Amino acid sequence: MLAKRIIPCLDVKEGRTVKGINFLELRDAGDPVELGKLYSEQGADELVFLDITATKEKRKTLAKLADDVARHLSIPFTIGGGIGSIGDVDTLLDHGADKVSVNSSAVRTPGLIDDLSYRFGSQCIVVAIDAKQVDDSWIVHVAGGSIPTDLELFAWAREVQERGAGEILFTSMDHDGTKSGFAIEALREMSDQLDIPIIASGGAGTKEHFREVFTEAKADAGLAASIFHFHEIPIPELKQFLKERDIQIR
Amino acid sequence: MSVVVIDYNAGNTRSVYYALRRYGVDAIFTKDPEQIRAASKVIFPGVGEASTTMGFVREQGLNEIIPSLTQPVLGICLGMQLMCAWSAEGDTECLGIFDAKVKRFQPSEGQKVPHMGWNTIYNLDANLFPPDLEHKYVYFVHSYYVEMSAFTAATTNYCLPFSAAMHRDNFYGTQFHPEKSGSVGGQILQHFLNLP
Repeated sequence: MLAKRIIPCLDVKEGRTVKGINFLELRDAGDPVELGKLYSEQGADELVFLDITATKEKRKTLAKLADDVARHLSIPFTIGGGIGSIGDVDTLLDHGADKVSVNSSAVRTPGLIDDLSYRFGSQCIVVAIDAKQVDDSWIVHVAGGSIPTDLELFAWAREVQERGAGEILFTSMDHDGTKSGFAIEALREMSDQLDIPIIASGGAGTKEHFREVFTEAKADAGLAASIFHFHEIPIPELKQFLKERDIQIR
Repeated sequence: MSVVVIDYNAGNTRSVYYALRRYGVDAIFTKDPEQIRAASKVIFPGVGEASTTMGFVREQGLNEIIPSLTQPVLGICLGMQLMCAWSAEGDTECLGIFDAKVKRFQPSEGQKVPHMGWNTIYNLDANLFPPDLEHKYVYFVHSYYVEMSAFTAATTNYCLPFSAAMHRDNFYGTQFHPEKSGSVGGQILQHFLNLP
């Protein structure tokens, strides 16, 4: 049976990994390649590298990072951050990235998702969606979560799937950094509405939160950053915990 | 030992090259028939759509060369599928090394297509696999699968049992990506590199 995936996310700024509490306070947690290798050895199923400064600073490529990671790691990885064109994606895939994620650029130009999935195949196109609850609805935000859009989360997620995304990486900004658990309700709603895999992000604080996200929210993968970076939950311990609860885990 | 990775416009092959480097092998990327024939091991990667990629294979004359090779040859992912007789993807005539067909997964409840992620392999052929890898996890990304056949060298279940690996004489194939399958994939690659 296909295993549920545990994905450490490495937010990268100027070549170093950082993780913000609600995206605002940044703390340094080391070298991305070294950290990635450590996670791979510990049993991480995949890695996500997000250049969190990219959207604001318009940095175009993370080609060197892709190359460094592909050289040293033997598990799949995704690179995201400021990716806005077919050329950007071509460069990253050519430098060894297995998947790329797009976020703000897909909101600005939704047709980009169609173009990318047609050209490179759905399996390597991840669409990242950051959203938070405003009154009673979930509103998509862009530019590292700083700018609200007029898109409603579930409608946008369905559109993204129809346009050919291979996966959705959904971050609840309300939960991100709080360590109070994933956005279970919203994730379950999304799982019920979509056919493509969903990576849940934002809010992981305990091993139990991962059990909830896989069973109650039916997510395909659980992503987290600081709890791994600061050794709060070692990956081997987390995987053992989930296996003991009959969740399919590598 | 000289290892050739066949270079024919087949998508992301850099990770295969880097994986070989991690095991101390500096592979040669080439489509040159002489270099391919002279290699002690040949790797035939592939990512993309079957009919287009098979078009590149024919353009380079590789459809003549690959089936005539006598050293160990490893097809990876689409590479393995192109070593079969026919693919439903674009109704494509393939190399015919393995007499088996490539079909599309039919999505069902809870079974998304593509089959993407870590899944287990079993009933392993000792020619391709080192001992003790039964039921280990390896990494897959594919929407089409090779049906079970006399050449099945490992089985995986997703929607149905399918060929996760294949073997006939000096020809081997893996549907999964050994270069992306952590230490298990590394053991499989090293075992292939050490074949006589």
